[in-house]
Amino acid sequence: MVERRPWLNFITHLVLILGVALTLFPVWMTFVASTHPGEVLAIKPLPIWFGDRFLENYSFLITEGLPGAGGVPVGKMMMNSLIMAVGITIGKITVSLLAAYAVVYFRFPMRMLFFWLIFITLMLPVEVRILPTFDVIAKLDLLNSYTGLCLPLIASATATFLFRQFFMTIPEELIEAAKIDRAGPIRFFFEILIPMSRTNIAALFIVLFIYGWNQYLWPLLVTTEEDYYTIVMGVHRMLNTGESLPVWDRIMGTATLALLPPVLIILLMQKLFVKGLIESEK
Amino acid sequence: MKNQVTFPNRFLPYLLVLPQILITFVFFLWPSWQALEQSFFIEDAFGFKRQFVFLDNYLELFADESYRKSFYTTFVFCSLVVFFTMAIGLLFAVAANRVIRSALMYRSTMILPYAVAPALAGVLWYFLMNPSVGIVAYWLSLFSIDWNHYVNGGQAMILVVVASIWRQISYTFLFFLAGLQSIPRSLIEAAAIDGSGPFKRFWTITFPLLSPTTFFLLVMNLVYATFDTFGVIHATTDGGPAQETSILVFKVYNTGFIGQDYGSSASQSVILMTIVILLTFFQFRYLERKVVY
Repeated sequence: MVERRPWLNFITHLVLILGVALTLFPVWMTFVASTHPGEVLAIKPLPIWFGDRFLENYSFLITEGLPGAGGVPVGKMMMNSLIMAVGITIGKITVSLLAAYAVVYFRFPMRMLFFWLIFITLMLPVEVRILPTFDVIAKLDLLNSYTGLCLPLIASATATFLFRQFFMTIPEELIEAAKIDRAGPIRFFFEILIPMSRTNIAALFIVLFIYGWNQYLWPLLVTTEEDYYTIVMGVHRMLNTGESLPVWDRIMGTATLALLPPVLIILLMQKLFVKGLIESEK
Repeated sequence: MKNQVTFPNRFLPYLLVLPQILITFVFFLWPSWQALEQSFFIEDAFGFKRQFVFLDNYLELFADESYRKSFYTTFVFCSLVVFFTMAIGLLFAVAANRVIRSALMYRSTMILPYAVAPALAGVLWYFLMNPSVGIVAYWLSLFSIDWNHYVNGGQAMILVVVASIWRQISYTFLFFLAGLQSIPRSLIEAAAIDGSGPFKRFWTITFPLLSPTTFFLLVMNLVYATFDTFGVIHATTDGGPAQETSILVFKVYNTGFIGQDYGSSASQSVILMTIVILLTFFQFRYLERKVVY
Protein backbone atom coordinates (compact mmCIF):
# COMPACT_ATOMS: atom_id res chain seq x y z
CA MET A 1 0.00 0.00 0.00
CA VAL A 2 1.50 3.27 -1.06
CA GLU A 3 -0.67 5.50 1.08
CA ARG A 4 -3.71 5.31 3.32
CA ARG A 5 -6.96 5.71 1.46
CA PRO A 6 -9.71 4.12 3.48
CA TRP A 7 -12.36 4.82 0.86
CA LEU A 8 -10.36 3.33 -1.94
CA ASN A 9 -9.65 0.28 0.18
CA PHE A 10 -13.33 -0.12 0.78
CA ILE A 11 -14.10 0.10 -2.93
CA THR A 12 -11.29 -2.33 -3.71
CA HIS A 13 -12.74 -4.93 -1.40
CA LEU A 14 -16.21 -4.31 -2.72
CA VAL A 15 -15.01 -4.89 -6.29
CA LEU A 16 -13.24 -8.08 -5.29
CA ILE A 17 -16.20 -9.46 -3.38
CA LEU A 18 -18.42 -8.70 -6.36
CA GLY A 19 -15.91 -10.44 -8.59
CA VAL A 20 -15.88 -13.55 -6.44
CA ALA A 21 -19.67 -13.56 -6.30
CA LEU A 22 -19.93 -13.23 -10.07
CA THR A 23 -17.41 -16.02 -10.52
CA LEU A 24 -19.00 -18.47 -8.14
CA PHE A 25 -22.68 -17.73 -8.69
CA PRO A 26 -23.27 -19.86 -11.84
CA VAL A 27 -21.25 -22.76 -10.48
CA TRP A 28 -23.06 -22.57 -7.14
CA MET A 29 -26.50 -22.54 -8.75
CA THR A 30 -25.57 -25.45 -10.98
CA PHE A 31 -24.45 -27.53 -8.05
CA VAL A 32 -27.49 -26.60 -5.96
CA ALA A 33 -29.87 -27.45 -8.80
CA SER A 34 -28.33 -30.88 -9.14
CA THR A 35 -29.24 -31.80 -5.55
CA HIS A 36 -32.97 -31.19 -5.93
CA PRO A 37 -35.68 -33.37 -7.39
CA GLY A 38 -36.86 -32.19 -10.78
CA GLU A 39 -40.27 -31.00 -9.57
CA VAL A 40 -38.73 -28.46 -7.18
CA LEU A 41 -36.83 -26.80 -10.01
CA ALA A 42 -40.04 -26.21 -11.92
CA ILE A 43 -41.36 -23.91 -9.18
CA LYS A 44 -40.19 -20.31 -9.25
CA PRO A 45 -37.94 -19.02 -7.86
CA LEU A 46 -35.16 -21.55 -7.99
CA PRO A 47 -33.90 -22.71 -4.59
CA ILE A 48 -30.52 -21.28 -3.69
CA TRP A 49 -29.75 -23.84 -1.02
CA PHE A 50 -29.07 -27.57 -1.40
CA GLY A 51 -31.79 -30.16 -1.64
CA ASP A 52 -31.69 -33.70 -0.32
CA ARG A 53 -31.26 -35.62 -3.53
CA PHE A 54 -27.50 -35.40 -3.80
CA LEU A 55 -26.72 -39.11 -3.47
CA GLU A 56 -29.72 -40.34 -5.43
CA ASN A 57 -29.25 -37.95 -8.34
CA TYR A 58 -25.56 -38.56 -8.69
CA SER A 59 -25.54 -42.30 -8.27
CA PHE A 60 -28.31 -42.56 -10.85
CA LEU A 61 -26.43 -40.31 -13.25
CA ILE A 62 -23.09 -42.02 -12.94
CA THR A 63 -24.46 -45.52 -13.43
CA GLU A 64 -27.43 -44.98 -15.73
CA GLY A 65 -27.28 -41.57 -17.35
CA LEU A 66 -30.28 -39.95 -18.92
CA PRO A 67 -32.58 -42.33 -20.83
CA GLY A 68 -33.88 -39.58 -23.12
CA ALA A 69 -30.39 -38.74 -24.35
CA GLY A 70 -29.17 -42.15 -25.42
CA GLY A 71 -28.87 -43.36 -21.85
CA VAL A 72 -25.10 -43.29 -21.69
CA PRO A 73 -24.02 -43.51 -18.05
CA VAL A 74 -22.22 -40.30 -17.12
CA GLY A 75 -19.50 -42.42 -15.55
CA LYS A 76 -18.78 -43.81 -19.01
CA MET A 77 -18.69 -40.32 -20.53
CA MET A 78 -16.27 -39.17 -17.85
CA MET A 79 -14.07 -42.14 -18.63
CA ASN A 80 -14.10 -41.19 -22.32
CA SER A 81 -13.22 -37.59 -21.46
CA LEU A 82 -10.41 -38.80 -19.26
CA ILE A 83 -9.02 -41.02 -21.99
CA MET A 84 -9.23 -38.21 -24.51
CA ALA A 85 -7.70 -35.63 -22.19
CA VAL A 86 -4.82 -37.87 -21.12
CA GLY A 87 -4.29 -39.06 -24.69
CA ILE A 88 -4.06 -35.53 -26.02
CA THR A 89 -1.83 -34.40 -23.16
CA ILE A 90 0.67 -37.24 -23.35
CA GLY A 91 0.67 -37.14 -27.13
CA LYS A 92 1.27 -33.42 -27.28
CA ILE A 93 4.02 -33.46 -24.69
CA THR A 94 5.84 -36.39 -26.31
CA VAL A 95 5.62 -35.06 -29.84
CA SER A 96 6.64 -31.55 -28.77
CA LEU A 97 9.55 -32.69 -26.62
CA LEU A 98 10.98 -34.70 -29.50
CA ALA A 99 10.52 -31.94 -32.06
CA ALA A 100 11.95 -29.25 -29.79
CA TYR A 101 14.92 -31.48 -28.99
CA ALA A 102 15.63 -31.94 -32.69
CA VAL A 103 15.32 -28.24 -33.48
CA VAL A 104 17.56 -27.08 -30.63
CA TYR A 105 20.25 -29.75 -30.41
CA PHE A 106 20.82 -30.70 -34.02
CA ARG A 107 21.73 -28.87 -37.16
CA PHE A 108 20.31 -30.48 -40.24
CA PRO A 109 19.19 -29.46 -43.70
CA MET A 110 15.60 -28.18 -43.80
CA ARG A 111 15.59 -27.50 -40.07
CA MET A 112 14.02 -24.08 -40.57
CA LEU A 113 11.43 -25.51 -42.95
CA PHE A 114 10.30 -27.92 -40.26
CA PHE A 115 10.27 -25.14 -37.74
CA TRP A 116 7.93 -23.09 -39.89
CA LEU A 117 5.72 -26.06 -40.62
CA ILE A 118 5.20 -26.44 -36.88
CA PHE A 119 4.68 -22.73 -36.51
CA ILE A 120 1.86 -22.77 -39.05
CA THR A 121 -0.26 -25.02 -36.86
CA LEU A 122 -0.65 -22.04 -34.53
CA MET A 123 -2.73 -20.39 -37.20
CA LEU A 124 -5.18 -23.13 -37.96
CA PRO A 125 -7.53 -23.94 -35.08
CA VAL A 126 -9.86 -26.89 -35.60
CA GLU A 127 -12.84 -24.59 -35.88
CA VAL A 128 -11.72 -23.09 -39.18
CA ARG A 129 -10.93 -26.34 -40.96
CA ILE A 130 -13.54 -28.65 -39.50
CA LEU A 131 -14.98 -30.08 -42.64
CA PRO A 132 -11.76 -31.13 -44.40
CA THR A 133 -10.25 -32.45 -41.15
CA PHE A 134 -13.39 -34.46 -40.62
CA ASP A 135 -12.99 -35.83 -44.14
CA VAL A 136 -9.45 -36.95 -43.41
CA ILE A 137 -10.55 -38.74 -40.24
CA ALA A 138 -13.42 -40.37 -42.11
CA LYS A 139 -11.09 -41.55 -44.88
CA LEU A 140 -8.68 -42.98 -42.33
CA ASP A 141 -11.63 -44.81 -40.80
CA LEU A 142 -11.04 -43.24 -37.41
CA LEU A 143 -14.57 -42.03 -36.66
CA ASN A 144 -15.80 -43.31 -33.33
CA SER A 145 -12.41 -44.24 -31.99
CA TYR A 146 -10.16 -42.85 -29.30
CA THR A 147 -7.41 -42.39 -31.86
CA GLY A 148 -9.70 -40.21 -33.94
CA LEU A 149 -10.60 -38.19 -30.88
CA CYS A 150 -7.00 -37.52 -29.84
CA LEU A 151 -4.72 -37.62 -32.85
CA PRO A 152 -5.73 -34.46 -34.76
CA LEU A 153 -5.42 -32.37 -31.60
CA ILE A 154 -1.95 -33.57 -30.76
CA ALA A 155 0.14 -31.31 -32.97
CA SER A 156 0.84 -28.16 -31.03
CA ALA A 157 3.12 -25.30 -31.78
CA THR A 158 2.80 -23.74 -28.33
CA ALA A 159 4.13 -26.79 -26.49
CA THR A 160 6.99 -27.13 -28.96
CA PHE A 161 7.88 -23.46 -28.50
CA LEU A 162 7.77 -23.75 -24.74
CA PHE A 163 10.21 -26.64 -24.69
CA ARG A 164 12.39 -24.99 -27.28
CA GLN A 165 12.66 -21.83 -25.18
CA PHE A 166 13.42 -23.88 -22.12
CA PHE A 167 16.07 -26.02 -23.81
CA MET A 168 17.86 -22.90 -24.97
CA THR A 169 18.30 -21.76 -21.38
CA ILE A 170 20.05 -24.96 -20.38
CA PRO A 171 23.77 -24.24 -19.95
CA GLU A 172 26.05 -25.41 -22.75
CA GLU A 173 28.42 -26.93 -20.22
CA LEU A 174 25.96 -29.71 -19.59
CA ILE A 175 25.90 -30.93 -23.12
CA GLU A 176 29.66 -30.51 -23.41
CA ALA A 177 30.16 -32.52 -20.25
CA ALA A 178 27.80 -35.15 -21.57
CA LYS A 179 29.78 -35.33 -24.79
CA ILE A 180 33.08 -35.67 -22.94
CA ASP A 181 31.57 -38.48 -20.93
CA ARG A 182 30.58 -40.06 -24.21
CA ALA A 183 26.86 -39.90 -23.68
CA GLY A 184 25.05 -40.09 -26.99
CA PRO A 185 22.10 -37.90 -27.94
CA ILE A 186 19.56 -40.43 -26.74
CA ARG A 187 21.17 -40.86 -23.37
CA PHE A 188 21.50 -37.08 -23.00
CA PHE A 189 17.82 -36.72 -23.76
CA PHE A 190 16.61 -39.26 -21.24
CA GLU A 191 19.11 -38.73 -18.45
CA ILE A 192 19.65 -34.99 -18.50
CA LEU A 193 17.06 -33.16 -20.53
CA ILE A 194 13.92 -34.94 -19.35
CA PRO A 195 14.77 -34.77 -15.64
CA MET A 196 15.61 -31.08 -16.03
CA SER A 197 12.29 -30.36 -17.77
CA ARG A 198 10.24 -32.02 -15.05
CA THR A 199 8.56 -28.86 -13.74
CA ASN A 200 7.82 -27.60 -17.22
CA ILE A 201 6.34 -30.93 -18.22
CA ALA A 202 4.16 -30.98 -15.11
CA ALA A 203 2.94 -27.42 -15.64
CA LEU A 204 2.17 -28.09 -19.26
CA PHE A 205 0.45 -31.33 -18.34
CA ILE A 206 -2.10 -29.44 -16.27
CA VAL A 207 -2.83 -26.82 -18.92
CA LEU A 208 -3.13 -29.41 -21.68
CA PHE A 209 -5.25 -31.72 -19.59
CA ILE A 210 -7.78 -28.94 -19.11
CA TYR A 211 -7.59 -28.14 -22.82
CA GLY A 212 -8.22 -31.78 -23.70
CA TRP A 213 -11.01 -32.31 -21.18
CA ASN A 214 -12.84 -29.22 -22.43
CA GLN A 215 -12.81 -30.14 -26.12
CA TYR A 216 -16.26 -29.73 -27.58
CA LEU A 217 -16.53 -29.34 -31.33
CA TRP A 218 -14.21 -32.16 -32.27
CA PRO A 219 -15.85 -34.92 -30.17
CA LEU A 220 -19.21 -33.62 -31.36
CA LEU A 221 -18.22 -34.38 -34.95
CA VAL A 222 -16.16 -37.53 -34.55
CA THR A 223 -18.44 -39.47 -32.22
CA THR A 224 -21.76 -40.68 -33.51
CA GLU A 225 -21.88 -43.76 -31.30
CA GLU A 226 -22.91 -43.15 -27.70
CA ASP A 227 -20.06 -45.29 -26.43
CA TYR A 228 -17.59 -42.59 -27.35
CA TYR A 229 -19.48 -39.54 -26.07
CA THR A 230 -17.41 -37.26 -23.91
CA ILE A 231 -19.00 -35.48 -21.00
CA VAL A 232 -18.76 -31.87 -22.20
CA MET A 233 -20.59 -32.66 -25.43
CA GLY A 234 -22.83 -35.10 -23.54
CA VAL A 235 -24.31 -32.21 -21.56
CA HIS A 236 -25.32 -30.60 -24.81
CA ARG A 237 -26.86 -33.82 -26.10
CA MET A 238 -28.94 -33.98 -22.91
CA LEU A 239 -30.20 -30.43 -23.39
CA ASN A 240 -31.36 -31.14 -26.92
CA THR A 241 -33.60 -34.14 -26.52
CA GLY A 242 -36.07 -32.85 -29.06
CA GLU A 243 -39.63 -32.33 -27.94
CA SER A 244 -39.39 -33.23 -24.28
CA LEU A 245 -38.49 -30.60 -21.68
CA PRO A 246 -34.94 -30.63 -20.38
CA VAL A 247 -34.48 -32.63 -17.16
CA TRP A 248 -32.70 -29.84 -15.33
CA ASP A 249 -31.64 -31.64 -12.17
CA ARG A 250 -29.92 -34.38 -14.17
CA ILE A 251 -28.41 -32.01 -16.70
CA MET A 252 -27.00 -29.74 -14.03
CA GLY A 253 -25.67 -32.80 -12.23
CA THR A 254 -23.85 -33.83 -15.39
CA ALA A 255 -22.59 -30.27 -15.84
CA THR A 256 -21.23 -30.34 -12.28
CA LEU A 257 -19.45 -33.62 -12.97
CA ALA A 258 -18.09 -32.20 -16.22
CA LEU A 259 -16.51 -29.19 -14.61
CA LEU A 260 -15.38 -30.88 -11.42
CA PRO A 261 -12.10 -32.49 -12.58
CA PRO A 262 -10.60 -29.35 -14.19
CA VAL A 263 -11.77 -27.15 -11.31
CA LEU A 264 -10.18 -29.46 -8.75
CA ILE A 265 -6.96 -29.55 -10.74
CA ILE A 266 -6.77 -25.76 -10.90
CA LEU A 267 -7.51 -25.43 -7.20
CA LEU A 268 -5.09 -28.08 -6.02
CA MET A 269 -2.22 -27.38 -8.39
CA GLN A 270 -2.65 -23.69 -8.81
CA LYS A 271 1.00 -22.75 -8.77
CA LEU A 272 1.90 -25.19 -11.52
CA PHE A 273 -1.19 -24.25 -13.51
CA VAL A 274 -0.41 -20.52 -13.45
CA LYS A 275 3.17 -21.23 -14.42
CA GLY A 276 2.10 -23.47 -17.26
CA LEU A 277 -0.47 -21.04 -18.56
CA ILE A 278 1.71 -17.96 -18.44
CA GLU A 279 4.84 -19.61 -19.80
CA SER A 280 3.21 -21.41 -22.65
CA GLU A 281 1.88 -18.10 -23.96
CA LYS A 282 5.24 -16.38 -23.97
CA MET B 1 21.28 -16.33 -30.47
CA LYS B 2 24.06 -18.20 -28.78
CA ASN B 3 25.95 -20.77 -30.72
CA GLN B 4 24.29 -23.89 -29.49
CA VAL B 5 26.50 -26.94 -29.02
CA THR B 6 24.92 -29.70 -31.05
CA PHE B 7 25.10 -33.40 -31.67
CA PRO B 8 26.40 -34.49 -35.03
CA ASN B 9 23.90 -36.94 -36.39
CA ARG B 10 22.58 -37.53 -39.85
CA PHE B 11 19.16 -38.94 -39.43
CA LEU B 12 18.20 -38.95 -35.78
CA PRO B 13 16.84 -35.37 -35.97
CA TYR B 14 14.54 -36.32 -38.83
CA LEU B 15 13.25 -39.20 -36.80
CA LEU B 16 12.60 -36.84 -33.90
CA VAL B 17 10.59 -34.29 -35.86
CA LEU B 18 8.79 -36.95 -37.87
CA PRO B 19 5.75 -37.46 -35.56
CA GLN B 20 5.09 -33.74 -35.27
CA ILE B 21 5.49 -33.13 -38.99
CA LEU B 22 3.39 -36.13 -39.91
CA ILE B 23 0.48 -34.97 -37.74
CA THR B 24 0.86 -31.42 -38.96
CA PHE B 25 0.79 -32.58 -42.52
CA VAL B 26 -2.11 -35.01 -42.26
CA PHE B 27 -4.38 -32.98 -39.98
CA PHE B 28 -3.39 -29.39 -40.67
CA LEU B 29 -1.79 -28.77 -44.03
CA TRP B 30 -3.64 -31.35 -46.08
CA PRO B 31 -7.12 -30.37 -44.81
CA SER B 32 -6.35 -26.69 -45.22
CA TRP B 33 -5.23 -27.29 -48.75
CA GLN B 34 -8.39 -29.28 -49.37
CA ALA B 35 -10.47 -26.40 -48.07
CA LEU B 36 -8.66 -24.01 -50.36
CA GLU B 37 -9.11 -26.31 -53.33
CA GLN B 38 -12.72 -27.12 -52.57
CA SER B 39 -13.58 -23.47 -52.31
CA PHE B 40 -13.10 -23.20 -56.07
CA PHE B 41 -15.52 -26.03 -56.88
CA ILE B 42 -19.18 -26.84 -56.64
CA GLU B 43 -19.87 -30.36 -55.50
CA ASP B 44 -23.12 -32.27 -55.34
CA ALA B 45 -24.20 -33.68 -51.97
CA PHE B 46 -22.96 -37.18 -52.77
CA GLY B 47 -19.55 -36.10 -53.95
CA PHE B 48 -19.86 -37.68 -57.41
CA LYS B 49 -19.49 -34.64 -59.55
CA ARG B 50 -17.72 -31.41 -59.12
CA GLN B 51 -17.26 -28.45 -61.27
CA PHE B 52 -14.61 -25.78 -61.27
CA VAL B 53 -16.23 -22.43 -60.63
CA PHE B 54 -13.21 -20.30 -59.68
CA LEU B 55 -14.31 -17.47 -57.41
CA ASP B 56 -18.03 -18.09 -57.71
CA ASN B 57 -18.33 -19.53 -54.21
CA TYR B 58 -16.77 -16.41 -52.78
CA LEU B 59 -18.84 -14.05 -54.86
CA GLU B 60 -21.95 -15.95 -53.93
CA LEU B 61 -21.00 -15.75 -50.27
CA PHE B 62 -20.59 -12.02 -50.29
CA ALA B 63 -23.75 -11.60 -52.30
CA ASP B 64 -25.56 -13.62 -49.66
CA GLU B 65 -27.16 -11.31 -47.18
CA SER B 66 -27.12 -13.81 -44.33
CA TYR B 67 -23.34 -14.12 -44.67
CA ARG B 68 -22.81 -10.38 -44.67
CA LYS B 69 -25.04 -10.22 -41.65
CA SER B 70 -22.95 -12.89 -39.98
CA PHE B 71 -19.90 -10.63 -40.41
CA TYR B 72 -21.79 -7.86 -38.68
CA THR B 73 -22.97 -10.23 -35.92
CA THR B 74 -19.40 -11.42 -35.40
CA PHE B 75 -18.22 -7.83 -35.20
CA VAL B 76 -20.82 -6.88 -32.59
CA PHE B 77 -20.28 -10.06 -30.62
CA CYS B 78 -16.47 -9.81 -30.64
CA SER B 79 -16.43 -6.13 -29.73
CA LEU B 80 -18.72 -6.68 -26.77
CA VAL B 81 -16.88 -9.76 -25.53
CA VAL B 82 -13.40 -8.31 -25.95
CA PHE B 83 -14.22 -4.92 -24.47
CA PHE B 84 -16.03 -6.14 -21.37
CA THR B 85 -13.62 -9.01 -20.77
CA MET B 86 -10.66 -6.64 -20.85
CA ALA B 87 -12.31 -3.92 -18.78
CA ILE B 88 -13.64 -6.21 -16.06
CA GLY B 89 -10.49 -8.33 -16.03
CA LEU B 90 -8.34 -5.25 -15.59
CA LEU B 91 -10.59 -3.85 -12.87
CA PHE B 92 -10.39 -7.10 -10.87
CA ALA B 93 -6.65 -7.38 -11.40
CA VAL B 94 -6.01 -3.83 -10.23
CA ALA B 95 -8.18 -4.46 -7.17
CA ALA B 96 -6.47 -7.76 -6.38
CA ASN B 97 -3.10 -6.11 -6.79
CA ARG B 98 -4.01 -3.50 -4.17
CA VAL B 99 -4.81 -5.98 -1.44
CA ILE B 100 -1.51 -7.66 -0.94
CA ARG B 101 -2.40 -10.03 1.84
CA SER B 102 -5.45 -11.71 0.37
CA ALA B 103 -4.52 -11.41 -3.32
CA LEU B 104 -3.77 -15.11 -3.59
CA MET B 105 -7.14 -16.07 -2.18
CA TYR B 106 -8.96 -13.86 -4.65
CA ARG B 107 -6.83 -15.17 -7.47
CA SER B 108 -7.65 -18.78 -6.62
CA THR B 109 -11.34 -18.07 -6.88
CA MET B 110 -11.34 -15.84 -9.89
CA ILE B 111 -9.35 -18.14 -12.16
CA LEU B 112 -11.84 -20.98 -11.68
CA PRO B 113 -14.01 -20.25 -14.76
CA TYR B 114 -10.96 -21.00 -16.90
CA ALA B 115 -11.54 -24.64 -15.98
CA VAL B 116 -15.05 -24.51 -17.38
CA ALA B 117 -15.33 -25.38 -21.07
CA PRO B 118 -16.90 -22.58 -23.13
CA ALA B 119 -19.77 -24.91 -24.02
CA LEU B 120 -20.39 -25.59 -20.34
CA ALA B 121 -20.19 -21.92 -19.45
CA GLY B 122 -22.91 -21.50 -22.05
CA VAL B 123 -25.04 -24.24 -20.49
CA LEU B 124 -24.61 -22.72 -17.00
CA TRP B 125 -25.85 -19.30 -18.08
CA TYR B 126 -28.49 -20.84 -20.29
CA PHE B 127 -29.84 -22.47 -17.16
CA LEU B 128 -29.66 -19.26 -15.09
CA MET B 129 -31.39 -17.21 -17.75
CA ASN B 130 -33.85 -19.82 -18.93
CA PRO B 131 -37.27 -18.17 -19.19
CA SER B 132 -39.09 -21.01 -17.44
CA VAL B 133 -36.69 -22.07 -14.67
CA GLY B 134 -33.77 -19.62 -14.59
CA ILE B 135 -33.24 -17.52 -11.51
CA VAL B 136 -31.81 -14.56 -13.38
CA ALA B 137 -34.83 -14.55 -15.67
CA TYR B 138 -36.98 -14.61 -12.54
CA TRP B 139 -35.13 -11.65 -11.03
CA LEU B 140 -35.51 -9.75 -14.26
CA SER B 141 -39.23 -10.45 -14.24
CA LEU B 142 -39.40 -8.72 -10.83
CA PHE B 143 -38.25 -5.60 -12.65
CA SER B 144 -40.90 -6.39 -15.23
CA ILE B 145 -38.34 -7.27 -17.88
CA ASP B 146 -39.73 -10.03 -20.02
CA TRP B 147 -36.76 -12.28 -20.67
CA ASN B 148 -37.02 -14.81 -23.45
CA HIS B 149 -33.92 -15.46 -25.50
CA TYR B 150 -35.76 -18.06 -27.57
CA VAL B 151 -37.59 -15.35 -29.47
CA ASN B 152 -35.71 -12.15 -28.71
CA GLY B 153 -32.52 -11.88 -30.77
CA GLY B 154 -31.01 -9.10 -28.68
CA GLN B 155 -31.50 -11.07 -25.50
CA ALA B 156 -30.01 -14.19 -27.10
CA MET B 157 -26.98 -12.08 -27.98
CA ILE B 158 -26.71 -10.85 -24.40
CA LEU B 159 -26.87 -14.43 -23.16
CA VAL B 160 -23.98 -15.67 -25.31
CA VAL B 161 -21.96 -12.52 -24.64
CA VAL B 162 -22.36 -12.84 -20.87
CA ALA B 163 -21.44 -16.52 -20.88
CA SER B 164 -18.38 -15.87 -23.08
CA ILE B 165 -17.22 -13.00 -20.91
CA TRP B 166 -17.71 -14.91 -17.69
CA ARG B 167 -15.44 -17.69 -18.91
CA GLN B 168 -12.73 -15.40 -20.28
CA ILE B 169 -12.40 -12.87 -17.45
CA SER B 170 -10.41 -15.47 -15.50
CA TYR B 171 -7.71 -15.68 -18.14
CA THR B 172 -7.50 -11.93 -18.67
CA PHE B 173 -7.44 -11.31 -14.92
CA LEU B 174 -4.55 -13.73 -14.45
CA PHE B 175 -2.37 -12.12 -17.10
CA PHE B 176 -3.17 -8.58 -16.00
CA LEU B 177 -2.35 -9.48 -12.41
CA ALA B 178 0.98 -10.99 -13.46
CA GLY B 179 1.68 -7.84 -15.49
CA LEU B 180 0.81 -5.54 -12.61
CA GLN B 181 2.99 -7.45 -10.20
CA SER B 182 5.97 -7.02 -12.46
CA ILE B 183 5.75 -3.22 -12.42
CA PRO B 184 8.45 -1.90 -10.07
CA ARG B 185 6.89 -0.53 -6.90
CA SER B 186 9.50 2.20 -6.67
CA LEU B 187 7.96 3.93 -9.71
CA ILE B 188 4.55 4.08 -8.11
CA GLU B 189 6.01 5.25 -4.81
CA ALA B 190 8.06 7.96 -6.46
CA ALA B 191 4.94 9.29 -8.16
CA ALA B 192 3.04 9.18 -4.87
CA ILE B 193 5.75 11.21 -3.18
CA ASP B 194 5.51 13.75 -6.00
CA GLY B 195 1.88 14.09 -5.06
CA SER B 196 -0.07 12.29 -7.75
CA GLY B 197 -3.17 10.47 -6.62
CA PRO B 198 -4.04 6.84 -7.26
CA PHE B 199 -6.10 7.51 -10.39
CA LYS B 200 -3.52 9.71 -12.01
CA ARG B 201 -0.83 7.18 -11.13
CA PHE B 202 -2.85 4.45 -12.77
CA TRP B 203 -3.39 6.31 -16.04
CA THR B 204 0.06 7.86 -16.36
CA ILE B 205 2.26 5.06 -15.03
CA THR B 206 0.59 1.72 -14.53
CA PHE B 207 -1.56 1.59 -17.63
CA PRO B 208 1.18 2.59 -20.11
CA LEU B 209 3.61 0.14 -18.53
CA LEU B 210 1.00 -2.54 -18.87
CA SER B 211 0.56 -1.99 -22.60
CA PRO B 212 2.45 -5.11 -23.78
CA THR B 213 0.16 -7.26 -21.62
CA THR B 214 -2.87 -5.32 -22.82
CA PHE B 215 -1.95 -5.81 -26.44
CA PHE B 216 -1.23 -9.48 -25.98
CA LEU B 217 -4.57 -9.97 -24.24
CA LEU B 218 -6.35 -7.99 -26.91
CA VAL B 219 -5.18 -10.42 -29.57
CA MET B 220 -5.80 -13.50 -27.43
CA ASN B 221 -9.30 -12.37 -26.51
CA LEU B 222 -10.05 -11.53 -30.10
CA VAL B 223 -9.05 -15.04 -31.13
CA TYR B 224 -11.11 -16.43 -28.27
CA ALA B 225 -14.17 -14.39 -29.20
CA THR B 226 -13.90 -15.27 -32.87
CA PHE B 227 -13.25 -19.01 -32.59
CA ASP B 228 -13.45 -20.56 -29.13
CA THR B 229 -16.94 -19.26 -28.48
CA PHE B 230 -18.34 -21.77 -30.94
CA GLY B 231 -19.20 -24.00 -27.98
CA VAL B 232 -21.06 -21.24 -26.15
CA ILE B 233 -23.26 -20.54 -29.13
CA HIS B 234 -23.77 -24.09 -30.31
CA ALA B 235 -24.74 -25.32 -26.83
CA THR B 236 -27.19 -22.51 -26.12
CA THR B 237 -28.83 -20.50 -28.89
CA ASP B 238 -27.71 -22.68 -31.79
CA GLY B 239 -27.17 -19.54 -33.81
CA GLY B 240 -30.73 -18.40 -33.42
CA PRO B 241 -33.24 -16.97 -33.13
CA ALA B 242 -33.34 -16.10 -36.83
CA GLN B 243 -29.52 -16.33 -37.06
CA GLU B 244 -29.18 -13.41 -34.68
CA THR B 245 -26.25 -15.06 -32.89
CA SER B 246 -24.80 -16.90 -35.84
CA ILE B 247 -21.17 -15.78 -35.86
CA LEU B 248 -18.79 -16.74 -38.68
CA VAL B 249 -17.29 -19.82 -37.06
CA PHE B 250 -20.76 -21.11 -36.27
CA LYS B 251 -21.80 -20.52 -39.84
CA VAL B 252 -18.92 -22.58 -41.24
CA TYR B 253 -20.11 -25.50 -39.17
CA ASN B 254 -23.74 -24.95 -39.99
CA THR B 255 -23.22 -24.61 -43.74
CA GLY B 256 -20.96 -27.65 -43.88
CA PHE B 257 -22.52 -30.15 -41.52
CA ILE B 258 -26.14 -29.15 -41.36
CA GLY B 259 -26.60 -27.55 -44.81
CA GLN B 260 -24.04 -29.86 -46.49
CA ASP B 261 -22.93 -27.12 -48.84
CA TYR B 262 -19.26 -28.08 -48.96
CA GLY B 263 -18.06 -25.53 -51.47
CA SER B 264 -19.54 -22.65 -49.52
CA SER B 265 -18.33 -24.04 -46.19
CA ALA B 266 -14.83 -24.42 -47.63
CA SER B 267 -14.71 -20.84 -48.85
CA GLN B 268 -15.90 -19.69 -45.44
CA SER B 269 -13.09 -21.74 -43.91
CA VAL B 270 -10.60 -20.03 -46.17
CA ILE B 271 -11.89 -16.60 -45.18
CA LEU B 272 -11.63 -17.53 -41.50
CA MET B 273 -8.11 -18.85 -41.98
CA THR B 274 -7.13 -15.57 -43.56
CA ILE B 275 -8.47 -13.79 -40.48
CA VAL B 276 -6.49 -16.04 -38.10
CA ILE B 277 -3.34 -15.64 -40.15
CA LEU B 278 -3.71 -11.87 -40.06
CA LEU B 279 -4.27 -11.95 -36.30
CA THR B 280 -1.26 -14.17 -35.72
CA PHE B 281 0.82 -11.98 -37.96
CA PHE B 282 -0.24 -8.90 -36.00
CA GLN B 283 0.63 -10.57 -32.79
CA PHE B 284 4.13 -11.44 -33.87
CA ARG B 285 4.80 -8.30 -35.79
CA TYR B 286 3.81 -5.83 -33.12
CA LEU B 287 4.39 -7.74 -29.95
CA GLU B 288 8.03 -8.32 -30.82
CA ARG B 289 7.89 -11.51 -28.90
CA LYS B 290 11.09 -13.25 -28.10
CA VAL B 291 11.03 -15.60 -31.01
CA VAL B 292 14.69 -15.75 -31.89
CA TYR B 293 15.79 -18.05 -34.63
